[in-house]
Amino acid sequence: MKKSRSDDLFFRVGTGVFAILVIAIVIAIGWQLAWQSRLSIREFGWQFWRTETWDPVAGQFGARPFIWGTLYSSLLALIISTPVALGIAIYISELAPGSLQRPLVFLTELLAAIPSIVYGLWGVFVLVPYVRSLESATPDWLKSVPLFSGPPLGIGMLAAALILSIMVIPFTSSIAREVLRAVPQAQREGAYALGATRWEAIRMALFYARTGIVGAVMLGFGRALGETMAVTMVIGNTPQVSLSLFAPQYTMAAVIANEFTEAGDDLHLHALIEIGLVLFVMTLVINVISRAFIWSLGRQGKSRRVKPAMTVQPEGA
Amino acid sequence: MMRNRWRRFLSRAIVVLCLAAVLMALVPLALVLFYVVKQGVTSLNWAFFTHMPAPVGEPGGGMGNAIVGSLIVTGLAACAAIPVGLIAGIYAAEYRGTRLASAVRFAADTLNGVPSIVVGLFAYTVAVLPFHRFSALAAGFALAVMMLPLVVRTTEELLLLVPNTLREGALALGATRSRAVFTVVVPAALPGIITGILLALARVSGETAPLLFTAFNNGFFSTDPRQPIATLTVQVYTYAIAPYEDWHRQAWAGALVLVTMVLTCSVLARVATARMEKMQRGS
Repeated sequence: MKKSRSDDLFFRVGTGVFAILVIAIVIAIGWQLAWQSRLSIREFGWQFWRTETWDPVAGQFGARPFIWGTLYSSLLALIISTPVALGIAIYISELAPGSLQRPLVFLTELLAAIPSIVYGLWGVFVLVPYVRSLESATPDWLKSVPLFSGPPLGIGMLAAALILSIMVIPFTSSIAREVLRAVPQAQREGAYALGATRWEAIRMALFYARTGIVGAVMLGFGRALGETMAVTMVIGNTPQVSLSLFAPQYTMAAVIANEFTEAGDDLHLHALIEIGLVLFVMTLVINVISRAFIWSLGRQGKSRRVKPAMTVQPEGA
Repeated sequence: MMRNRWRRFLSRAIVVLCLAAVLMALVPLALVLFYVVKQGVTSLNWAFFTHMPAPVGEPGGGMGNAIVGSLIVTGLAACAAIPVGLIAGIYAAEYRGTRLASAVRFAADTLNGVPSIVVGLFAYTVAVLPFHRFSALAAGFALAVMMLPLVVRTTEELLLLVPNTLREGALALGATRSRAVFTVVVPAALPGIITGILLALARVSGETAPLLFTAFNNGFFSTDPRQPIATLTVQVYTYAIAPYEDWHRQAWAGALVLVTMVLTCSVLARVATARMEKMQRGS
């Protein structure tokens, strides 16, 4: 008896060490990035995020254009990808015939499996020329709008946002699908029983799953923020803050990828690592919040299962 | 009456829109695959796999060293991430409900969301900076960090799928916990876990960003883990942004190799899971 108990303890401690190791890695990432960017943090403080001059030769580092480029491209990608991703999730979980569901899931997941570098290559040689011709075809009256100003280069914010949205779709849609699956069947049956059309029943399910859907969209946003290779290859790598979709811009991940191996002095390296640190913190916060949303839906599902379905307005019947 | 007709119309319109959304996602997928195959096939030949990169301006050459380098780096990552992830996953499943188990799950999810470029920076500060040298080992470390959360989560989820009665049966026969886990529970979930690991391997072997400043690049053939090493993905990147026509051709060939690898792994995993589900339903 004694032996088995010490054996159990040994097993628990032995596996626990590895479990702690996983947690330690996450903490180590934050710690290392903060420590290795100390020069830049000390030198510039908050000015780092407010100024726009990025001049390694003069030792001036301001990261505003990068944070702008990252947020703007991710936001645009989100605007494009969210309706598509939700449409896919709804189609697969609510509408598609059973035999079509699995192939569709497989295909959308394939979209996530294609390496980022392949998207980048495709973006440079196929998407960018297409975007360029689209931009040249913009009518003049539209060009006076800040959103569409600037020469049609092809390379720039629009190409980056398009490629990002393709890459984000599978993530958002697979989480949204899981979330929709967690909606109790009684919700839909209740809606149908009250005479709801298909869309009205889906709307009920979407409403029920709203926190999870928000979580899924945010998770996609987190992915878009950190995406590196494909964006680096098509965004044009020009640090400027511009609303224009046609303008070449720069993102946080892209500047790290481009300049890190060429950084000559410590201050430059530390500035780049500080950008990485902020990217880490941003994705961390977004991930935690979105997981909390998705997780809260799981709990809500359990506690609400016994309660009657939400009331449906029998519209116009 | 009008209202009802409107409702029915709206419903049908939404169904059509959802179908359109599916098509909108499948079109880029088809386009990417089409171009990669079309451009890649014409430039893929035997020399691509066996030759070293040719100097600028000279036609021909291949990515032999980069393919070997990718295998080495991914292998190093697997050696580190699989045991650690497996055991951490076992802890998370076996002691679920404890605070440490939820912390591991949370850490793994967080790690999964960390951008690959940030993982590269981390690996640089840990495995390149102290030794003043880019190396295959540092790259393996970076990829291991990327792979770890995938292994932890798959292991945990699949172990939870194993019926509790199996575990209880083993314990009732007097097995210790470790014995029950390693001889009964883990073997029952093993096919699924292997599938998950395969997918994780496919995923990280397509990574570029974490390799840029860990493996760096190497124009020569190298298998020394302490030296910089060429990898397929970094090589494709270098060639794609260079202004030479011949290099673009090779970049497409490299992309075709990458995509073929990823596709094969995904299809294998798909078949394996389908077979497993069939088995479970049959029993």
